[in-house]
Parts: sequence; C-alpha cells; structure tokens
Amino acid sequence: MSDFPRWKYALVALVMLFGVLYALPNAFIPVPAVQVSANRGAPPVDQTLRQKVETALQQQHIAFGQVNVQGENLLATFANTDVQKSGSDAIKALLGDQYTVAFKLQSTVPAWLGAIGARSMPLGLDLQGGVHFLMQVDENDVIDKQEGSYADDIRSLLRDKKIHYESVVRNPVRGQGVTVVLRSADDRSKASDDIANEYNDLLVSNGPNTADRYVLNAVIKPDKLRDISRGAITQNLQTLRNRINVLGVSEPLIQQQGESHIVVDLAGVQDPAEAKKLIGTVATLEYRPGVGHPGDPDARAAEKSGNIPPDANLYHMRGTGEPVLVSKKVIVTGKELVDASSGIDQQSGTPKVDVTLNAAGARKMSDFTNANVGKPMAVVYVERVTETKMVDGKEVRTPKITESVINDANIASPFGKQFQTTGLGSPKEASDLALLLKGGAFAAPVDIIEEGVIGSSLGADNIDKGFKSVMLGLALVLLAAAFYYKLFGLVADIALFFNLVILVAVMSLIGVTLTMPGIAGIVLTLGMAIDANVLICERVREELRNGSTPHASIRAGYEKAWSTILDANVTHLIAALALTTMGTGAIKGFGVTLMIGILTSLFTSVTLTHAFTAAIHGHRKLKTLSV
Amino acid sequence: MEIFNHDSNINFLGMRKYSIAIAIFLMVASIGMIAFKGLNYGLDFTGGVSMLVNYDKPVEIGDVRGALAKGGFADAVVQSLGGTREVSIRFQAKDDPAAMQANGTVNLDRVSADVMKELQAARADAKLKSRDFVSAEVGAELKTDGTWAALFVILGIMAYLWIRFERRFAIAAVATEIHDVLVTLGIIALVQREFDMTVLASVLAVIGYSINDKVVVFDRIRELFRLARKAEPEEILNRSINNTLSRTIITSLFTGITMAAMWFIGGPAVHGFAITMLIGILVGTLSSIFVASPILLWLGVSKKDLMPVTRDNPELARRP
Repeated sequence: MSDFPRWKYALVALVMLFGVLYALPNAFIPVPAVQVSANRGAPPVDQTLRQKVETALQQQHIAFGQVNVQGENLLATFANTDVQKSGSDAIKALLGDQYTVAFKLQSTVPAWLGAIGARSMPLGLDLQGGVHFLMQVDENDVIDKQEGSYADDIRSLLRDKKIHYESVVRNPVRGQGVTVVLRSADDRSKASDDIANEYNDLLVSNGPNTADRYVLNAVIKPDKLRDISRGAITQNLQTLRNRINVLGVSEPLIQQQGESHIVVDLAGVQDPAEAKKLIGTVATLEYRPGVGHPGDPDARAAEKSGNIPPDANLYHMRGTGEPVLVSKKVIVTGKELVDASSGIDQQSGTPKVDVTLNAAGARKMSDFTNANVGKPMAVVYVERVTETKMVDGKEVRTPKITESVINDANIASPFGKQFQTTGLGSPKEASDLALLLKGGAFAAPVDIIEEGVIGSSLGADNIDKGFKSVMLGLALVLLAAAFYYKLFGLVADIALFFNLVILVAVMSLIGVTLTMPGIAGIVLTLGMAIDANVLICERVREELRNGSTPHASIRAGYEKAWSTILDANVTHLIAALALTTMGTGAIKGFGVTLMIGILTSLFTSVTLTHAFTAAIHGHRKLKTLSV
Repeated sequence: MEIFNHDSNINFLGMRKYSIAIAIFLMVASIGMIAFKGLNYGLDFTGGVSMLVNYDKPVEIGDVRGALAKGGFADAVVQSLGGTREVSIRFQAKDDPAAMQANGTVNLDRVSADVMKELQAARADAKLKSRDFVSAEVGAELKTDGTWAALFVILGIMAYLWIRFERRFAIAAVATEIHDVLVTLGIIALVQREFDMTVLASVLAVIGYSINDKVVVFDRIRELFRLARKAEPEEILNRSINNTLSRTIITSLFTGITMAAMWFIGGPAVHGFAITMLIGILVGTLSSIFVASPILLWLGVSKKDLMPVTRDNPELARRP
C-alpha cells in the first residue's frame, strides 16, 4: 500500500456518504397543497383558523390529507391538483381578502433529513409545472397620472409666462387631455404657442369660445399615448423580474400577453403566499410637506367639518389613527429611489427603512429640507389593494387605494441622498417594504386576475421518454467502459455513479431548479467525466507497453494524466462559467449544472477511482493489470 | 481490448493543405447559411399565440397534444391549468400558414378558429376561453448577454492557455473553437432545425466539449516537445495526434453514445439538445485531429517556446 494515504480514503468515504445523504431527498415526491397566510391587520393563523378550514372542507365534501399550522402559515394537503383547486376555492370563499391563499407543492422529505439541511431539487416548469398568475396592467392609471401632471405643468408654465388664465383642468374624459380656459383671444394664442413649444408631445387646438371664455385643448399625441402604455408594460415586466429575482426563483416565465396582460409562471416556490404578495403588491412611499402636526386642532376641525384646505389631503396616522393634514405637493416618491434596506433604529428601537435616492430625487429632497428646517414633513404609505366580492356568482374586483401617514415629524436638519424612515408596524413590514421599494415601483398598477396551478409544459409522455433515454445512454456508457477497460472500466463506472449522486447532492444543496435541459446537462457532464478515466486508462496501458511494472504503471498513469485532466477541465470550466453569467434562467441553470459537474467529476474520476484502484491492487503482487 | 492500433502513424499534418482548405470552406459556407437562410427560432425566442381552452369533462393533455399534432401544430406547448378541464396552448403563428396576412401580421381570429377546429374534431366539448398574442420568453438582453459570454469564453480560454502553454496554442485553440461553433450553427441553419433555448444551451456546451478535446492533444504536444532531443515540429505534432487518437475517438464515442440514446428515443424534449451535441462532437473531434495542429504548425511552434521558463531566461541563468 504505497502511494495512497489513509486520509484520502477517509475523504473519499466521507464525500460518498455526503453525496448519498444529500441526494436522498430527491426520492421523496411532494404533494399538492394550499398555503394560507395572514395579510396585514388580519388575525394571525392559529388553531381556531385550522378548525374553521377543516370544518369547511368537510362540509363541502372535499377530501384533504392534513391541515396543519406551520409557523405563520396554514397548510392543507390534497391528493391531486383537481381536489387542490376546489380546496383552494373553498378556503378562499371562507376566509375572504384578509388572508392570502396560494397553491403549493409540499415537500414530503422526512424531518431528520431536513434537519441536516438536505432538501430536494425543485423541478422546473417544463417537468412539473408550477404556480401561474395572469396579471392585468391598469394602463388607464398611467394616462390619468400623465394628464394630471401635464395639467400641473401647464399651470406653472402659464404662471411663469405671466399669462392670466381662468382655469386649467384635466378633461373628465380620459385621453382627452387638459382643458385651459383663458380670458382673451390674445392670451389664448400666446398660451397655445408656449405650450406647443414647451411640450412636444401635446397637440394644442382651439376649442369653442363663449363670451369671455376662450378654450384651449391640449391633448397628448396618440403616438405618445401608445408609447406611454407600452413603456408602462415594459417597466412592469422589469419590476416583476426584479422582484422575482429577490424570491430566488430560478427559471421563471414572465411574458407579456396581448396588450395589457402579463403572465408569470413560477416553479418550485417555497413560500407561494409570499410570492403572490410580492408580485401583486403595489405599494410605495411619498414624501410630502406636512401641514401642521398629527392631531392638531386644524386637522381635527377639518375631519369634523369636512372642510379640507384645497392644497392638502386629510389622512390618518398609522397606529394612532389621529387625523393629519398633508400638502398635496409631492417632494419625492418611491420611484426616485435607487436602494432601500430595512433595519432597527438605534435610538428608538423601532423598525426603519433606509432609503437612498437617485440624483434628481436627492436634489429635490435637499432643496426642500434646506428651505424648511423646523417645519414638518410627512411620509405617506400608499397601497393599492384589490377587493374581491362575489356578485351573482361572479368574482368582481374593485381596486382601492389606501393612504396612511406612517411618519410626520419636523425636519431637524437638511438631508438629501440618504436618510431613514421610521413608523412602520413591525420588522417584517419594514423588510417587505424595503423589498418592494428596491424591486422598483410598478409604472402602472397591476392586479392578479387569474391564478392557479399550471401543469408541466413538456407533458408526462415526453418527460418519460426523456428519462428513459437518459437511463439508456448512461447504461450503455457504463457497459462500454467496463467492456473496453475491464476492471479499470468497472472502477470508472463506480466513479460515474457516485459522480451522479454527488452532483445531484450539490445541486439540491444549492437549490438549482431541475429542468429537462438541466438533465441533458447532467448526462453530458457524465459522458464527458469518463474522459478523465479514458485518459488515465490509456496512460496506464501506454506505461505497461513501455515495460513498466503494474504498480509503477498505475502511479505513472495517474501522475501523467493529471496535468492533462487539469488543463482540459479548467478550460472547460471557463466555458461553463461564462454560461452562468447569462441572465436567462434556462441557460444559467445549465451552466451551473456543467460547472458543478466538472468539479465533482474531477474528484470522482481521479481521487475516487485512485482510491478504489489502490484498494484493489495495493497489497497484491501483480503480474498484469486488467485494463 | 483495443480497437485502435497504438502504433498508428498516420501523417495527419501531411494533409494539412486539404484539411485547412476544407475547414475554411465549411466556415464560409456556414456564415453564408446563417446569414442567408437564418436560424429557425423557436417559440421561446419569437413569442406567438396563447389560447386557453375549456372542456366540459376532464381531458388528457396527451390527447390535446395529439389532436394539435394532427393539424400541424406539433410544436405547440400544452399545459394543464388549475385542474384537468382547462388547458393552456402556446404556439408559433407560423405553424398556421393560412392565417398569415399579406402585410406580415397574423390573423388572430383565423388562427384560433383553425386550432379550435382541430380540437373540436377530437373532442366536441372543447370551448375557447381566451386567445392572445404572447411576447418572447427571453428578452433582447439575451443577445448582449450571449455576446459577452462568448467574449468571456474566448478571452478566458486564451488567457489560460497563454499562461499554461504559449501564445500560439491560445490562438490555435480559439481559432478552431470559432470554427467548431460556426460549423455547428451552419448545419443547424442548413437543416432548419428549430433553434430554441435547449439548442442554444447545447451550442454553448459544444464550446466546452471541443476545447476539452483540443487541450488533450496540446498537452501531449507540449510533453513530447519537452522530452524529445531532436524536435522536428511536424513530426512531434503528428506523433501527438497519433498517440492521443485512441483517447480522442473513445471519448467521442462514449459521449456520443449518451447523446445518440437521447436522440433516438428521448422524444422532442431532448431531441434538439442531443442532435446539436452530436453535430458538435463530430465537428469538434475532426477539428481536433485535422485543424488545430496545422494552425499550430503554421504559427511556428517550436521546442524552445515550450521549455520551462527558468532555463531560457538569461536573467535567471546568470544567477549562481
């Protein structure tokens, strides 16, 4: 037993054990389930809720496996996806909008495996399907906002140019632009020129004039209108991609459907309720000048009488519910920030969100705070929620905007680019908000109008065929190796088997989503992994031919082949590394598979086979080698 | 057991004029194919039409797929949606030539009517729920990402070979590599095999496979140059190719076996991957034998370039 140290045997044994343990969870098939989690303000998930759900399911004769409370969520398992769908419908009808109800595949991996961190690889959309969302983009909202801001812009333009106007208002009909009323024909033609010069995207035309009312219509050009809504969808797609990236879902499908829909399919989501909240939530922050302080007599009077000053809104403080007046003027919105992170404020011990603004936002913020030290500023939390009601057996959705003030305090000293916002209810809420702000705001509000479980895109028969061919291919290679290189070939076969096991173990541990191209990648890796053994075997044969003794041939074979194997694998690794830099999921997953495969095959093809070869040949006097 | 004579001594370098000529011809032809015939991009690159279809009674996805295949929509992606009575169908509009309008746009009503006709022929209870165009699954960023990835591979491999071997090896490897990828793509364009994400992954994997192959030969060249007392480059290169020939072919066969199995019985899910890989393995193996070494010879590889640095660095040699 010359050249193979004990510690290497131990290492090989350890790695083999690791491979088997961490690859094992993939043998357990997950079951369809429905996950329930509480929305903000709803009573938490507990045993009474579990009872309620169980009774409802029993009453409607929906067969279920188990209903369990797991941490903050409730989980009900079902035998198949049909029952799962009816189960989900029943639970949704029972619980209403206070809870998020989402589809899930619940893992059946035993607890002791979970305890050591072993888990199964999530299967991709092509192999198993996943959760499916259809989202409606509310383009009208973008047009409303755009026309509203043009009305503001025209007002300030006319003021700057000292043109007297009677009114500048948005036309009540959407898409009809802004109506400006002036007092003379002269003013009108001046205003018309100025507006047309300043805003290229507006089409200005004279309206009917009565007595001393001279009307001017400024309509957004149709091209521009189309650009706006197209831009809104593109930006929404990007925002969705960002948010889903945060979830860590690999290989999602995000595509535009028709003019104003977006399809999102996610495979292998650990917490689908969270995913649904994250992709569907439209929430942002607005920083506005405060008018007085929360609970001021002015604010209380306005609340009582309903006489709200024209340039202010009446909101309520989150938590205390005190009325507060906030200026309509917006200093900075969530759209103007580049980064957000959550934490705990050192001084007050309450949750906070740290915000970093972009250059334009930072300038506006520092201009405002410089000019208004000692005056109040309010942070308004704007959220759009969709209420679902059943009317005549049909689901009717009404979007509703809720605005509340989370913070209203005097500006102590000027600030600009970076600052923090406190006043959020819980650390969880702070981190959720930071995630939303970071992922970018939606350019247009979205509503999830359809959701469900989507089946595999390849189909059971094709998956079956694919698996069979993979098995056949591997079996043929194993046979060929054993046939051509005899004992050394058999050792290579063992190495190849453990290569597969360890590769699967590492992929599971990292959480790579398994797809059909991924499986093809695994097979390719295994097919190429045997190259190292071919190199070694050919070298050993060469050494034998040159008259070396069997033991010397083995040693020289491994030594000389090593430099070749290393060079070949490093260059191959560079190629695989490049694939992982590609943004597209499928290619990235494939690259990761190749990369892990190259590394594991270096170990199994060289160290593991050497251990076996040394164990077999080590103590015996040899005349020939079976290679 | 040995299939190949280990004493083989084929004069591969002797045919270098022909082999390089053929390689250049293949490259030019491939560029022409890609430029003029183009790649037949798949659904994930182009987007297409998406339809939701309801059934009164539960339906098997396989049956839906079968009915579509009969009507010429064999490449359609069919998925169950929330149970067994609703299916989502996605396909490229070009599968239905009759619906293409003169101005290049697609008549959505016509397409969905054609598809529904096929579905209702198989199952009378099929009802159209909605139909729409869908965008491509992969964004435009894939192109820029792909370019960067290719650049990264070329520079990375060049840098590594430059350091571990020598400048000429780096150039020869990358030149052959570009040849392999172009010819593989050229063949795909020639037979108009559908080019989807799986095929793209496979083309990129060909890069990894073929560089592996070249490096093994290069490694032997370096070794023989260092060992040989009288090093006639042409003879050394020939011996290197012959010495590694058995390994080159056996490895290609082994990897080829797995891919061939996937091609023959793997079905449409892995078909594209397997055939691309098979083409790539063939091209890569041939270029390892016939193309890479002649380039090396022309670049003027010699023994002294490959000796360990310390010996021909006069600076170091002068030291005691």
